[in-house]
Amino acid sequence: MTEPILQARDLVKRFGEFNAVDGVSFSVDPGESFGFLGPNGAGKTSTMRMISAVSQPTAGSLSVFGLDPRTHGPEIRGRIGVVPQEDTLELELSVRLNLEMFGRYFDIPRAILRERAIDLLAFTQLSERADDRVEDLSGGMKRRLTIARALINQPEILILDEPTTGLDPQARHLLWDRLYRLKREGVTLIITTHYMDEAEQLCDRLVVMDHGTIVASGTPRELITHHSTREVVELRFNTDSHDGYHDRLAPFAQRLEVLPDRVLLYVDEGDETLRRIHEHQITPMSALVRRSSLEDVFLRLTGRTLVD
Amino acid sequence: MATRTDTQLGWSRWRRSWWYHATYYAQTWRGSVASTVLFPIFYLTALGVGVGHLVSAHTGLVDGQTYLHFIAPSLLATTTMQLGEGESLWPVLAAVKWVRSYHAAVATPLEPIDILVGKLSWVVTRALATGVVYTIVIGAFGALQSWWSLALPLIGGLITLAFAAPFVAYAASVQSDASFVAIYRFAIVPMFLFSATFYPVSAYPGYLRPVVQFVPLYHGVALARSAAFGEWPLLPTLGHLTMLLALAVAGVLWGRRTLRRRLVD
Amino acid sequence: MLTRTLPRFGSRRSLRVFERNLTVYRSQWLMLISGFFEPLFYLLSIGLGLNHLVGPLRVGGHVVSYATFVAPGMLATSAMNGAMIDTIFNTFFRLKISHSYDAILSTPLDVTDVALGEVWWALARAGAYGASFIVCMVLLGDAGSAWVALCWPAAILTSLTFSAIGLAACTYVRSWQDFDLVTLVQLPIFLFSATFFPISLYPHWLGAIVAISPLYQSAALLRGLSLGVFQWVMLGRIAYLVVLALVGLRVAANRFRRILVP
Repeated sequence: MTEPILQARDLVKRFGEFNAVDGVSFSVDPGESFGFLGPNGAGKTSTMRMISAVSQPTAGSLSVFGLDPRTHGPEIRGRIGVVPQEDTLELELSVRLNLEMFGRYFDIPRAILRERAIDLLAFTQLSERADDRVEDLSGGMKRRLTIARALINQPEILILDEPTTGLDPQARHLLWDRLYRLKREGVTLIITTHYMDEAEQLCDRLVVMDHGTIVASGTPRELITHHSTREVVELRFNTDSHDGYHDRLAPFAQRLEVLPDRVLLYVDEGDETLRRIHEHQITPMSALVRRSSLEDVFLRLTGRTLVD
Repeated sequence: MATRTDTQLGWSRWRRSWWYHATYYAQTWRGSVASTVLFPIFYLTALGVGVGHLVSAHTGLVDGQTYLHFIAPSLLATTTMQLGEGESLWPVLAAVKWVRSYHAAVATPLEPIDILVGKLSWVVTRALATGVVYTIVIGAFGALQSWWSLALPLIGGLITLAFAAPFVAYAASVQSDASFVAIYRFAIVPMFLFSATFYPVSAYPGYLRPVVQFVPLYHGVALARSAAFGEWPLLPTLGHLTMLLALAVAGVLWGRRTLRRRLVD
Repeated sequence: MLTRTLPRFGSRRSLRVFERNLTVYRSQWLMLISGFFEPLFYLLSIGLGLNHLVGPLRVGGHVVSYATFVAPGMLATSAMNGAMIDTIFNTFFRLKISHSYDAILSTPLDVTDVALGEVWWALARAGAYGASFIVCMVLLGDAGSAWVALCWPAAILTSLTFSAIGLAACTYVRSWQDFDLVTLVQLPIFLFSATFFPISLYPHWLGAIVAISPLYQSAALLRGLSLGVFQWVMLGRIAYLVVLALVGLRVAANRFRRILVP
């Protein structure tokens, strides 16, 4: 059994009267890909900033590489890479210069930086844009450059805060692919996201956060098995309000959620349930049977949808 | 049938652009109002009264005026020049590149020329308002000698237009603001200092005096002095007016091209 | 580890921030060079015209031309403006708009390194501008004596003081519109700090208020040095600028910490 590379116990971050992070505990093993799933304001970013040894915990204990961020900030930051929620690139400078300049903060000699920049630009598929100004890059390219920048010190842990927010599907998949490769090379990934598909794709293990606390943890599959049914039936009716369908549909499902635009029925056999509903002369405008996802887990745990 | 072949300037359209700029300013005016009132008071106190004291002790009158009276009109001229520059370079580049609010405007019935005229008329509106404030302040310092002083705001408006028009045109044609600081330091600052602003042309060595004629602000300063003192020598006045009007017209023509190229071509 | 044994304040890592600024400004060389010319134009303009209108003035027992009187004030002003523009505008941009500092703080550097790095940068820039200005003074005949060389360290001190004040002030700036307020404060300081006329022109009580202005203290110090007139009060002026610089840096470091690592 290896030592955890990151361990937090009863971690608290307080801003004035407000507890942004309210006593969370978790540990991450080397080489693992670990996710924080939750809506905006759940305390994910505050947690990330403590892990990356930038902001100090108000209470609780935290160790990264077995070191305490309170006393060993520079050493810890020297061994991790951070991809912040918003790109903080130097827009007027060239792509290459952004990487090389950032590397100097780690005291890496220029000659080595030049080589690493070439490799990283190839890795993030930006080689052709090396001498362009960052200002002229697309959103997805800037994001990849931010990732390349975070890798300039060859970090053992890469922390990504909402890595694909605002990207188009193609750019997202390209980015995910690069992250898989890093994971295969043994880099520990720590990811926050409010996209379920991203969490399912990327994370070995994850915690669901809400209001500064952890409400569930496990592998994506475990979470779904524990907190949801195997399948979900989504029904839409030709009506202004779906509330009226609650009582009529309740008998068909183990659990039922009425959303403004649709009704979700949590069941084990979706097609069978749909057939019985039709038998009872209930005719939805559209019907869809799908497998349970993390979105359902989140809805169950917090009573809210993730993206609202 | 309504077609969009009409690229003529229409009152009904360019005033909407004026209105857009005015509405925007209405949200952000507070700081600039304080400076519009306080700056002339500061300048006239420090230079007019303070340095004026030293000048009158040593030289006496300057061109037949006290030093305070002599520099008060040039203050209006330099300020309106800076208004024309400040409202044109960065704000216009922002509108065609960063915020792209002019791109949003051409997606409406507005033509590029409407945007240009709306913008310039708004900057001139501000210059007129600034001119009124300055005229009042200058009057409060006792530096107005003729009813012609009422024309000072109009002269301020003309100076602003003469600078704003070419600067808008230029800003609409560039890709970055790299040159703007250089324009400020190599054109605006020297004009501020060397347009017979703080001392008469006679102070220049003989070989430099003709050169001053080529400095646009010099003509603005001269017109402002004429208005404040009520003295209008015919030929020089015509020359000054021609110079400023020519700059304004050339700027508008140039701006029509650069804005069109930037926004619709 | 070696890095741990270095003192907290004054880490060698702050030089990396200096390096960063050098890299960024290299792409804006025109802006950097043009900064040399602005005060030169002022000196030229005053020497050309006002010099004759105002005539010689009596300063500390010397009778000097107006240009010689004004030049140290212009040097102090250019140190102030350079420092204020660089800290208030550029640091505000990095602090609150481009979030460059947030990126830096995810590396081994910490907040004191960032603040200190900005100070190194301000000093280097002040050194270069100050030296070029003094050379211009000498070439235009506006230097009062050979002691003018001492204006160089004094101009750097002035710049340090205003950089510290500017760094502290920029943490309170909320948006670009607040810069109107900055100019609203800067202009009267520029005009009324006995830069253009001797402080003796003020009524006594007003002179006492003007003496609070750091620009006045700097201009008076530089004027004394330029003319080679040494008085004990100059030590007081130096102390005043140093104290202001230290207070400003202290406030700036605390405010930076509050904003960047809440």
